[in-house]
Amino acid sequence: MTMLNVGRPTRPDGAAESAGHTSLTGGRGLLQDEPLIFELGGWSKTGVDLAAPSQDASDLGDLVRSAPIGLPGLSEPEAMRHYVRLSQKNHAIDLALYPLGSCTMKHNPRLNEKMARLAGFADLHPLAPQSTVQGALALMDRLAHWLKTLTGMPAVALSPKAGAHGELCGLLCIKAAHEANGQGHRRTVLVPTSAHGTNPATAAFVGYSVVEIAQTQDGRVDIADLAAKLSPDVAAIMVTNPNTCGLFERDVIEIARLTHEAGAYFYCDGANFNAIVGRVRQGDLGVDAMHINLHKTFSTPHGGGGPGAGPVVLSAALAAHAPAPWVVSGPDGLRLVEETVDEAAQGFGRMSAFHGQMGMFVRAYAYMVSHGADGLRQVAEDAVLNANYVKARLSPVMSPAFPEGPCMHEALFDDAWLEGTGVTTLDFAKAMIDEGFHPMTMYFPLVVHGAMLIEPTETEPKQELDRFCEALIALAHAAKAGDADRFKGAPYLAPMRRLDETLAARKPKLTWRRGDNGVAPAPLAAE
Amino acid sequence: MRYLPLTPADRAEMLATIGARSIDELFVDVPAAARKAELFDLPLHAGELEVERELAGLAALNRPAGAGPFFCGAGAYKHHVPATVDHIIQRSEFLTSYTPYQPEIAQGTLQVLFEFQTQVAALTGLEVANASMYDGSTACAEAVMMAQRVTRRKKAVLSGGLHPHYAATTQTIAHAEGMEIVRQAAAIDAEAAVLDAIDADTAAVVVQTPNVFGVVTDVTKIAEAAHAAGALLIVVTTEAVSYGLLKSPGEMGADIAVAEGQSIGNGLNFGGPYVGLFACREKLVRQMPGRLCGETVDAEGRRGYVLTLSTREQHIRREKATSNICTNSGLCALAFTIHLSLLGETGLRQLAALNHAKARELCDALAAVPGVEVLTPRFFNELAIRVKGGAARTVEALLADGVVAGVPFSRLDPSAGLDDVLLVAATETTSTEDIQAFAQALAGRTA
Repeated sequence: MTMLNVGRPTRPDGAAESAGHTSLTGGRGLLQDEPLIFELGGWSKTGVDLAAPSQDASDLGDLVRSAPIGLPGLSEPEAMRHYVRLSQKNHAIDLALYPLGSCTMKHNPRLNEKMARLAGFADLHPLAPQSTVQGALALMDRLAHWLKTLTGMPAVALSPKAGAHGELCGLLCIKAAHEANGQGHRRTVLVPTSAHGTNPATAAFVGYSVVEIAQTQDGRVDIADLAAKLSPDVAAIMVTNPNTCGLFERDVIEIARLTHEAGAYFYCDGANFNAIVGRVRQGDLGVDAMHINLHKTFSTPHGGGGPGAGPVVLSAALAAHAPAPWVVSGPDGLRLVEETVDEAAQGFGRMSAFHGQMGMFVRAYAYMVSHGADGLRQVAEDAVLNANYVKARLSPVMSPAFPEGPCMHEALFDDAWLEGTGVTTLDFAKAMIDEGFHPMTMYFPLVVHGAMLIEPTETEPKQELDRFCEALIALAHAAKAGDADRFKGAPYLAPMRRLDETLAARKPKLTWRRGDNGVAPAPLAAE
Repeated sequence: MRYLPLTPADRAEMLATIGARSIDELFVDVPAAARKAELFDLPLHAGELEVERELAGLAALNRPAGAGPFFCGAGAYKHHVPATVDHIIQRSEFLTSYTPYQPEIAQGTLQVLFEFQTQVAALTGLEVANASMYDGSTACAEAVMMAQRVTRRKKAVLSGGLHPHYAATTQTIAHAEGMEIVRQAAAIDAEAAVLDAIDADTAAVVVQTPNVFGVVTDVTKIAEAAHAAGALLIVVTTEAVSYGLLKSPGEMGADIAVAEGQSIGNGLNFGGPYVGLFACREKLVRQMPGRLCGETVDAEGRRGYVLTLSTREQHIRREKATSNICTNSGLCALAFTIHLSLLGETGLRQLAALNHAKARELCDALAAVPGVEVLTPRFFNELAIRVKGGAARTVEALLADGVVAGVPFSRLDPSAGLDDVLLVAATETTSTEDIQAFAQALAGRTA
């Protein structure tokens, strides 16, 4: 044993067995077993110091709450420690590759955070007089210009708050256009079997019935099936391009032609725009509407599930039906049109209370200007290069779903290569966690058995891709060598072991309640 | 380009591994007609310094709410957010993580969501809450659609006190699905009028308190009438701080409560991102939209959290989902939860009392201005006043005095014929000097 001169051992004792070791308190080294805020005993505490009110609430009589709310409070040091401890139980793009296919988890530049926090943007009220927000309107106008130029589309609705909200906006534009053209009877939306769940959900939300389009052996829309299903009842098709198999729809121009010939509109799900930004414009492909996830392609942070932003670019046929608000240029500067009364356009209504996700607009615009036309083109090229590199390196040990030809920005594998190992896609994914990587998107798209969809994005260096591929190759060899325990029980080394989702759904417990977990009911009132 | 790590040597080596001669070979599936050889007509890449200059230049053209006396509300409120909140939400592990689909490595986000849901349920006085919606207005629309699923009825009655943009959002979305939306005329004390519109076809009654004119209403009788007709009561709140002083929606009989949560933890941001709060009675939970976080145990029996009841959701149910929502407002919900944890019951009650007191002070000052009439009989931190010569012109005129006087109601609903109604809000950030400056400027203009 090696020791310091004060007698403290400096090397571990080789005889100590670490496997199965547990702490006495439930923590794991630096990871504390952190209670809920409701269990920290802070029923009378507060972490803010406020001035005393100058008047009381006697004017409100019995409208005033008499019962306690039931909220615990924390002093500032306790709050800091609680949330920092919790944060350390999360994986993040800043820690390692986050290869969720279809989600585009790329680096989030901190410059964009800094810009969004400028008081001139962050401390701006949505209904402040328009003469006091000209810079914000100019930013919206410039963002719109970039989005229109990059997609080759003449108009954009900025207000949708996420991708699915953008889909809703696009379909409502389509519905309004059909109604304006005497085609309001059209009731069907065609969606490929490989589509994101939001596509059929959105179509149904708008009152359309959904009919699926078949897929060819090589992972594309089956043109013959599409042609057969394009009837006078079809209002629109919703196609993701590049599609959810990570492949470009080679026949996209023919898809658009057939769609338009049938009097329907072509909605493109823009979730995968990152693969082609700066190189290909939807306007050249015959698309009528496409949402752009600013939180994917233009790198606004995902924030553990939002906020996102989903502006929708529109063709000339749909532009007049865009929802309020939008920015126009006038003699007194820029103006925000908030009501469609007295305007030439026939907007279908309103997507939300205000003007969209301004905080995301600032970040996305800073990202675009940073990259420029040249950098954005390089984004697409490197994203596609990285995905094809991963596909090439993993194909010898895993089975690519579509081995022929290149993929776009994501590489799709099926689970054929796991046959006979007793290891499932889920097991394999959970074992990746033990190796320090977030799993890929699993079991999606639905058209590929046991799908594993890997999207590395352009912000991964080659060294990180190599580490990732080598980890997966080692796991693949372990699976094939019969080391099933490594997978079945995984993850072993994460902050938690595998969680019981069935139990959670069978007996939903969605809030903490007094008396839970042996915690004595706390005094409610914080007088 | 500072965000792109690959070197030319890396690219060449990777192409060789792939077996492609050039990057263009990887784009072979793009139709030739759509392949752009040249760069698009946009500026080339820019350094951090240049980007900062452009954006700071744009920001400088705006007048932030904190720049002087400022009284806008109407669905977005200027509050002080503790520095701790912004620090924590910028931690990499919260900021740069995805929706927590892999619970073993997302317990941070999930436990926060569980805390958020519990806080929202407590505030609204209801049993369950979801993990957030985009904002208050879309939450309102989703609540109406949920009522349709629960009651299997098609009609919703929207009170004339509902924020007109909430009404328009709900109308747009619910109408598309074939619902009949009865939107009542805007009026200061509009709530009681919904009673006459409730019938056997009514799925939901939507009332807002404090309403868009600031009026606080006890909706207990509306709840009773709605329930007697087999309809649900949806209570909307656009100022979440009011929960600290006023009776909760649940206490007054609401079945669903929705709110804009921006006031707690989140800045004004020119309208977004915000955070929609959504709570309901436990028996309705399976018709709820949006993500839900639930408690469970891991393989070693330790308590943990997962996204649950996902069979309601689009990625499982597709066209049969309760909503199409996917991304919601996670980071804004985190900010909300941190701020509310710092406040606690004690702090939230103090904050609410302070807001109310500031509004009383504002009310007294404005009521003393000749020609000004206070229209809101009982308010939390916002009230409607009648000003001579039109509210929009008054706001424009007072700008010259450095006062942002509030939101003209006509901006929210130009067709309501309420052109002389001005909505004014005060919060803990409003000083006595601000209020005096407003009253003096208004007296000068109306004299």
